[in-house]
Amino acid sequence: MLILTCPNCGVAADETELGSGGEAHLTRFGAGSSDADFENYLFMRKNARGVHFERWRHSYGCGKWFHAARCTTTLEVFGTYPAQTTEPPAELIEKIKQKRPDFEGFSK
Amino acid sequence: MSDAVSVVNGASFDGAVQVKDAGLVGMVTLRGDLGSEKLASGVKSAIGLTLPEARGVKAGTKGGVAWMSPDELLLFCDYEQADALVGKLDKALAGEHFLAVNVSDARASFTLTGSGVREVIAKGSPADLSPEAFKQGEIRRSRLGQVAVAFWLSAPDTMELVCFRSVGEFVYDWLCVAAEKGSLPEIFNAG
Repeated sequence: MLILTCPNCGVAADETELGSGGEAHLTRFGAGSSDADFENYLFMRKNARGVHFERWRHSYGCGKWFHAARCTTTLEVFGTYPAQTTEPPAELIEKIKQKRPDFEGFSK
Repeated sequence: MSDAVSVVNGASFDGAVQVKDAGLVGMVTLRGDLGSEKLASGVKSAIGLTLPEARGVKAGTKGGVAWMSPDELLLFCDYEQADALVGKLDKALAGEHFLAVNVSDARASFTLTGSGVREVIAKGSPADLSPEAFKQGEIRRSRLGQVAVAFWLSAPDTMELVCFRSVGEFVYDWLCVAAEKGSLPEIFNAG
């Protein structure tokens, strides 16, 4: 069972209290962008094996969105951080690198 | 105008704990910047209480206030006073970016009384309800079965629970089944 600590209210929330928002830090391509960029934004996801950054919503709790970094193979949670950012915080990346030496850092 | 009636009209059930419809409760949702001094003083003058800490809930003589999210409070008062409370807040917070709405008729409240209240809720919620983790003065928004609820301890053996009125009857029935006599593991209050 996945347990994520919501950075907005501090509750260690069970997976069943949360709503999944898919991959985090997508760059949005809307009107005026090329077909390839738009297709990429709309359909193409990393589907990572290992370190992955995701959006979650504490839907049964405070109702706020946040980000989480976890490992998709072991379900280890590296940390959660606020939604108001376009990339993971540097100290979290550092922490993940210590635990997963082959992790090359966050890339879009 | 028709008489206002609470969701199961005052019904109660005596099992391992007592489950009771708490009747009509005035509730006002207040959204805004909880760090603003104007908002804090507006709440103080309207309900006589200072703002709670994150996940805190307080009760006073004029009502209560609960922390719902980083930008939302739920204020409690007498059912008849809710519109007046919204009026007071609208006046006190004029010029701020905020929203105050009387949600009394959109909510149902229940009171659970007995030593096993933690275990009754724990049957349907993923929240940690052990006495070490969940203490008086904290409000927990979570789920019960498959519906959203919020609950807090108003006394060591009294749990207050609020949910949407649309699922109020379901929550009442759910609580009554969960509170059947002899169905509690009695771990939380064993020692």
